[in-house]
Amino acid sequence: MYNFDYHRPNSVDDAVRARGGSEDATFLAGGMTLLPTMKQRLASPSDIVDLSAIQDMTGVCEDDGRLAIGAMTTHASVASDPLVNQKIPALAKLAGGIGDPQVRNRGTLGGSIANADPSADYPAAVLGLGATVKTNKREISGDDFFVDMFETALEEGELILSVNFPVPDKAAYAKFPNPASRYAMVGVFVAQVGGETRVAVTGAAPSAFRVSEMEAALSNSFSADALRGINIPADGMNSDLHGSAEYRAHLVNVMARRAVESLS
Amino acid sequence: MGQFGIGQGVRRLEDQRFLTGEGRYTDDIVVPRQCHAFFVRSPFASAAITAIDIQDAASQPGVLAIYTAENLSQAGVGDIPCLALMTGRDGQKVKTPPYPALARERVHHVGDAVAIVVAETIEQAQEAAELVEVDYDPLPAVADMKAALEPDAPIVQESLSSNLCLDWAQGNETDVDAAFAKADHIARIELVNNRVVVNSMEPRALIADYDPQEDKFTLHTGSQGIYRLKDQLCQNIFNIPADKLRVITPDVGGGFGMKIFAYPEQVACLFAARELGRPVRWTGGRNESFQSDTQGRDHLTTAEMALDKDGHFLGIRVSTLANLGAYLSNFAPYIPTGASTQMYSGLYRIPAIHAEVKCVLTNTVPVDAYRGAGRPEASYVMERLVDEAARVVGLDRGEIRVRNFIRPEDLPYDTGLNRVYDSGDYPRLLKEACRQIDWDGFAARRADSRSRGLLRGIGLASYVEACGGMGEEEARISLDPDGGVTLVIGTMTNGQGHHTAYAQLLHDKFGLPLEKIRMVQGDSETVHKGGGTGGSRSLLMGGVSAQRAADRVIEKARQVAGEMLEAAPDDIEFDEGHFRIAGTDLSIELSEVARRTHEGAGNGLSPIEETDGYKAEALTFPNGCHVCEIEVDPDTGCLRIVDYVVVDDFGTVVNPMLAAGQVHGGVAQGLGQALLEHTVYDEEGQLITASFMDYAMPRADDMPEVKLTLIEDMPCKTNPMGVKGAGEAGAIGAPPAIMNALLDALIPAGVTRIDMPATPEQIWRALQDSSTAS
Repeated sequence: MYNFDYHRPNSVDDAVRARGGSEDATFLAGGMTLLPTMKQRLASPSDIVDLSAIQDMTGVCEDDGRLAIGAMTTHASVASDPLVNQKIPALAKLAGGIGDPQVRNRGTLGGSIANADPSADYPAAVLGLGATVKTNKREISGDDFFVDMFETALEEGELILSVNFPVPDKAAYAKFPNPASRYAMVGVFVAQVGGETRVAVTGAAPSAFRVSEMEAALSNSFSADALRGINIPADGMNSDLHGSAEYRAHLVNVMARRAVESLS
Repeated sequence: MGQFGIGQGVRRLEDQRFLTGEGRYTDDIVVPRQCHAFFVRSPFASAAITAIDIQDAASQPGVLAIYTAENLSQAGVGDIPCLALMTGRDGQKVKTPPYPALARERVHHVGDAVAIVVAETIEQAQEAAELVEVDYDPLPAVADMKAALEPDAPIVQESLSSNLCLDWAQGNETDVDAAFAKADHIARIELVNNRVVVNSMEPRALIADYDPQEDKFTLHTGSQGIYRLKDQLCQNIFNIPADKLRVITPDVGGGFGMKIFAYPEQVACLFAARELGRPVRWTGGRNESFQSDTQGRDHLTTAEMALDKDGHFLGIRVSTLANLGAYLSNFAPYIPTGASTQMYSGLYRIPAIHAEVKCVLTNTVPVDAYRGAGRPEASYVMERLVDEAARVVGLDRGEIRVRNFIRPEDLPYDTGLNRVYDSGDYPRLLKEACRQIDWDGFAARRADSRSRGLLRGIGLASYVEACGGMGEEEARISLDPDGGVTLVIGTMTNGQGHHTAYAQLLHDKFGLPLEKIRMVQGDSETVHKGGGTGGSRSLLMGGVSAQRAADRVIEKARQVAGEMLEAAPDDIEFDEGHFRIAGTDLSIELSEVARRTHEGAGNGLSPIEETDGYKAEALTFPNGCHVCEIEVDPDTGCLRIVDYVVVDDFGTVVNPMLAAGQVHGGVAQGLGQALLEHTVYDEEGQLITASFMDYAMPRADDMPEVKLTLIEDMPCKTNPMGVKGAGEAGAIGAPPAIMNALLDALIPAGVTRIDMPATPEQIWRALQDSSTAS
């Protein structure tokens, strides 16, 4: 790890100010990606702005029929939160399946979506539930948030404060883990929410994406059988030694069906 | 037998210490004036080093020195030797290219050490290492062993004319040809025995020190026995007398064969310590483990079997390519040859066997022994081949084995490959394992799985290995002032629980509570010789030695007790820690004798310390049967192990809990190799699976419940304890059992071949390909 200056502000304003002090500064949420990258000397930020002391960035509350989850809320907190379990059990289950207990006790919702790892779990929920990402500057629709591999709509220095999840009529998440890392090789979030049916996929492509053909089929008939024969083209899928593009494309259909089956 | 003696599943004496974080591993040891080493490693699989500029790096804060191959050469530091100088079929010895601690003029694999940077802190060493400028002229590399044997392949080692370093054969080719000529059936398979990264929990680590007053080195390092390492360092590398190097191995967090060998970091750090006159320490990072610890397996094999019309084995023919990596590690050429081919008879009567092995150099990390070392490779070939033979002949896979097994009445049985099996009942073990898993009721379970859309398979593997009796061992036991005893032994526990096992043996001898039985290992100042731990030899070699030394201590103590009781030693019995005049109630405790010998020292008495040893008479042949039942989800290719039964014959079992632990760990490693662990080099020789993000180690939730039965009524006949060894067995039985079950599941879907590691995508793809083909 290279040397850096460490800041631990108590407020969002102070955090943004500290982050703006240097162009090589970076926010530190749970550090589940940033710290290993720094230890491997693949990242060398000049300044680390640790967000862990900012109190109003953690926790879950109900806000106008939606669940607002603070960006610094850990996966373990989301997984065990009574409100989340009551209103969106699929989200609690997703959070409870991220990484291992150590990761879940450190990793955060905001950190995960800001990083936009193509194989992270949360992007599937943000997209699949049509959530809204609230930052220090604006509100960003979940549909517009994920731009490309490790790339989001966030501007330089923009800080996620919370994510607002609509409460769905029903929702489920099915994940095929990478055998080595246990990241999602393919994860599919299926939801009926606000009168629409959403199918969002993570892990398979450079960025989380929705599958309109599946959404149309499920709107017509919310059953696993409705998804049979809807093949995702392998073009544009990620491909690595654990899963070729073809295999991932195939798994999208399988995982989508399993998500729907789990709701019947 | 005492309450905590042989046969009792007593809890490990080590556990309190290890489980509460009180283990003392190499990296836990802090020495005064220590400094830190960091290695500059090659990013290329093959390249010429045209220049190394250390100037900038050397001027960084805290940097004490930077050394390259030039420094080692000038000081006359020797290369790491290959100790297995096998003779090939052409009468030629294995070709041994130089294996320097720091690369000379050329690097041969990614991770090859090029320079050592020593600084006051590890951070300073690492910072400076990044500033060492090495000019590489990249050269064509070859990582694939088949490609390495092509006529126009890049030459891995420039001192050799080809990448074939050993062309080995064993057996009788003429007999085998005759067997095939008269065969009614021929079974033929091709197999991949995939390369694995060992991944011991504790990485390799060391502290090298040098005392200029005494002109003497001290090396703390993880090992599987100090003397194999010490002898090489003294004789081959530093050319110093034996008393000028002390090697100390503290607690070791897993070795699996990989920690037996001498490594470049040990040599470079000892050299640096002598130059600087300060202790130099190094602990490998996990990324370094992936590119510098010896790796395991990596064979490509074609095997054929000739059978008569009734399915009797007439002969086998096996041809293997073995990838040994870029340099020959200490025992590398022995593993795929002597260690493997001599086990090709398996548990079967096979009149004619011929095996050939081509050992190949590639631009990859060196390959050497890994849990089982050659025997798992042999067992994998045989047990996959026997399954294929059953299919070709049309026999049940259990039946064909029973029909061809060496029968108890055939023992002792000479396989014709320098192996004589002494004891066992192979049909009985197979039948017991099949009974437990309900082999005969499988069809109904398969139908049930099919109704749920799943493919079910069952498979078995009857393995045998050769281990235990290798070399010689020595034990020294002293009777301590408090009446306890201390065993000094040259084997080296890596976490197996040696202290517990030896304490149980000595508990039976002395009647002492386990906590009064101490063990000293891993220090060349106190341990005078020892063959170390490997090949499942420790309990046999160390155990018999310890028992014999104990008998000597008791005899000496009996003399003292005789004087104390004023009776003739012949009239004195020793039982449960008491010396008693036979037929009387006059007795004294062992502790009183101990006190007397220590307190009376100089007055005609002296503390009792006795040494005895054991020289191996024969190898031992642990054997057993693994049966495995699996379900495959054809939608995803995911495999689930539904049931797993093991019946093992380890001969006499000292501690069934320790033995079970060995089986569980071995099965985990075997399962890892079969289903998960995939070592992938790309065409340029870059290791793609160089971290746990991409290299899949088995986790607890990958493991089935292993239903283990130990058959203990057939002790080994060639050693006094009757033990056969248990350390490697699990890793030998698991891969063929799992893969046989998997192929059994896939055959109805039209799949004819599946290789390790059978990852979900591999399984899914095999199913896709077969459905496309049909």
